[in-house]
Amino acid sequence: MAAGVAAWLPFARAAAIGWMPVANLPMPVAPAEKNKRQDELIILNVSGRRFQTWRNTLDRYPDTLLGSSEKEFFYNEETKEYFFDRDPDVFRSVLNFYRTGKLHYPRYECISSYDEELAFFGIVPEIIGDCCYEEYKDRKRENAERLMDDQEDNKDAKLPNMTFRETMWRAFENPHTSTMALVFYYVTGFFIAVSVITNVVETVPCGSAPNQKEVPCGERYTVAFFCMDTACVMIFTVEYLMRLFAAPSRYRFMRSVMSIIDVVAILPYYIGLVMTDNEDVSGAFVTLRVFRVFRIFKFSRHSQGLRILGYTLKSCASELGFLLFSLTMAIIIFATVMFYAEKGSSSSKFTSIPASFWYTIVTMTTLGYGDMVPKTIAGKIFGSICSLSGVLVIALPVPVIVSNFSRIYHQNQRADKRRAQKVQKARLARIRISKTGSSNAFLHSKRNGLFNEALELTQLPYKMNLSDQGSTEDEKRLSKSTSLLESQHHHLLHCLEKTTNHEFVDEQYYQQSYLEGGLQNYPSRSPSLSSQDGVTGTCCTRRTKKHHTPLPNASAPAHMQPLTHTHTHPQGLQELSTIHIQPLSTSRSSLNMRVDEPAPLNCQSSQITTAIISIPTPPVTTPEGDAHLPAGPAHQNVVKVSAL
Amino acid sequence: MLSMNLEGLEMIAVLVVVVLFVKVLEQFGLLESGYDDSVEDELELSAVRHRPEGLEQLEAQTRFSRKELQILYRGFKNECPSGVVNEDTFKDIYAQFFPQGDASTYAHFLFNAFDTDHNGSVSFEDFVMGLSILLRGTVQEKLNWAFNLYDINKDGYITKEEMLDIMKAIYDMMGKCTYPVLKEETPRQHVEVFFQKMDKNKDGVVTIDEFIDCCQNDENIMRSMHLFENVL
Repeated sequence: MAAGVAAWLPFARAAAIGWMPVANLPMPVAPAEKNKRQDELIILNVSGRRFQTWRNTLDRYPDTLLGSSEKEFFYNEETKEYFFDRDPDVFRSVLNFYRTGKLHYPRYECISSYDEELAFFGIVPEIIGDCCYEEYKDRKRENAERLMDDQEDNKDAKLPNMTFRETMWRAFENPHTSTMALVFYYVTGFFIAVSVITNVVETVPCGSAPNQKEVPCGERYTVAFFCMDTACVMIFTVEYLMRLFAAPSRYRFMRSVMSIIDVVAILPYYIGLVMTDNEDVSGAFVTLRVFRVFRIFKFSRHSQGLRILGYTLKSCASELGFLLFSLTMAIIIFATVMFYAEKGSSSSKFTSIPASFWYTIVTMTTLGYGDMVPKTIAGKIFGSICSLSGVLVIALPVPVIVSNFSRIYHQNQRADKRRAQKVQKARLARIRISKTGSSNAFLHSKRNGLFNEALELTQLPYKMNLSDQGSTEDEKRLSKSTSLLESQHHHLLHCLEKTTNHEFVDEQYYQQSYLEGGLQNYPSRSPSLSSQDGVTGTCCTRRTKKHHTPLPNASAPAHMQPLTHTHTHPQGLQELSTIHIQPLSTSRSSLNMRVDEPAPLNCQSSQITTAIISIPTPPVTTPEGDAHLPAGPAHQNVVKVSAL
Repeated sequence: MLSMNLEGLEMIAVLVVVVLFVKVLEQFGLLESGYDDSVEDELELSAVRHRPEGLEQLEAQTRFSRKELQILYRGFKNECPSGVVNEDTFKDIYAQFFPQGDASTYAHFLFNAFDTDHNGSVSFEDFVMGLSILLRGTVQEKLNWAFNLYDINKDGYITKEEMLDIMKAIYDMMGKCTYPVLKEETPRQHVEVFFQKMDKNKDGVVTIDEFIDCCQNDENIMRSMHLFENVL
């Protein structure tokens, strides 16, 4: 029941008295109104903006947050109001819903934020009023498409366990994923072009002997063209078979448009091989050659634009249908009129109505070949009306198709841009930097925290003194700089460490102890770093010469120092390689740690600045040794308990 | 001299051209068309606005308190911002309470009962006066009101036909899905029962006195009259 109508319920009940005298049976007892209190104003404080309304207004929709007792959770005793820490602008719409019974969607609002607010207040978006529903649905659809595009980006990421078949399919579908796929892509494209050009040149008249008439090149150099054709068809056949093999669902693949085009492209050749000797069907054989032109459609795998065009035409089918229908109507009308108008004139080309169709079409599309022209006055008048109306009829559905194409094209542009490496890299870099910051800070504070701990542990008798003296100035300064939030976060990470009995360390230390541990058979799963895997090991070989105790005492940072400048990584790890830091358990993977290069090589400060996540900056390296230090996936469990 | 042999089709062609020409001139305002569109269209007044009498007067005329009148008016104005209810809106509102059946006929009778000055619309005063009787009036007043409702032509007598109309309207509100299934003659039978009870002198009509007398002697009816007293 609408909100406003609910206010009329007392009236409806009162009017029921009209039934009483005619009733034969006694009436049921009216429901008792418990705690019938006077209607009161309640104050809703949304992020500082105060809204006031009657309590009854909110009670109209008892299955929402404001209408039920759920709002009591937000009641503020001191100020006697309900406080919600939400967006006050969107709350306007929400409250208006209670007041008027209609939920409106403001156009300037972001669709996701609006949805979130609605979800928070327990309102189902489907009740948005008709006035705003279309807009809401459109925005929601666009958002969903954008999300799908993003998901497709993620799909590109290589899954760890892909069979050869899956790899092949992926290579076919996304040529930019590996070099082989790219090569294959260009080769097939080249051969398609060659095949099409061959077909075209075949029919060009070549120079001929003087006493013979001109023959097309195809007949002159039959063998050469035949060889070219064979080669192309072989390539296409191989490609088709490979795709068929790699397809996840062969049946679905065979039904898809692209595969049908492939088949149609190569079939004429094979049929031609079979039927060359049969004279009767040579006519049909010639027709088959026409189908060879379908090879040009194979280009649509290579061209995004072609696919978009095809998709647009498909989605504008109704507009195209309307265009066709209206054109047909107009053609028939004008052809009839022209025929009868020109009937009188002598030597008229308008011999029948179907003959006039040609004139009408040529005129309506403003081609005007001039092979048929009206001669009578009436014919000319109607002819001019015909051409004017042709312009109008064609101009009407075209903008719809254009706008559809434009929308789809821009969507694809956006998706492509996002997929572009640069943007991806920048975005991931931002994420990494932010994670760097936090884990940096953690290690940072941990060092200092552990200083305290170590000091405490080793110098128990002096604990009292320590607490009196306080920590070093450095630590004091550092401890002041960490905010409450940070310290709580650090405490959390610390708890995790204690739980797993493993610890977070920085990369250098990890490399060291990793090599000392000598885990050679660590499977390498780093994506697309095949050429760069060997690098990580090299620097660490140098490290083994150094010996250090894994104690996080004051010397540790300084100890690491001399290592860093020899520690070099070339171009490595530019992608996100998940080097598994040694003393970690699986739970660590959830923190999405990634190893990186010692980005700041200035280890002058005693603080460890290397993070667990960051972009590797490539220092110089001298590749020597080949101890493989592969990057492990996050879920690999390298258990090496550090002495920390 | 122009000796044009205009054949049939050429005539038509020329006619078409002339018509188009005239239309173009009309567009440019150089040629006035035959009749003007009525100017009254522009001056068509929008919905009637009505403001009720003051709160004190209404307080005096009805038995509602100030607060109750405020609540009533807010609800009223929310649904009818123009201040008056016309019959269609009335029917819509009432129909919302009875989704299964067709409440329009009964709403029509109700509307007439509320529209005491018979001007085709129910203003807030009418509304509140009617409610005052129904919710806060004496039993006599309520019965009076009910009689007024049944007496469609307001002549002081309820005939069988009037009662049948009312009865059918009430049964219409039930809709089709009832148990037991509604039959055609149910309203008529109900009217017979009613008349048997009410029509003391068996003259085929029920007068106000017969009605009130009979109702006051009926326990069920008396009890039900007090049913909605605490609605507001």
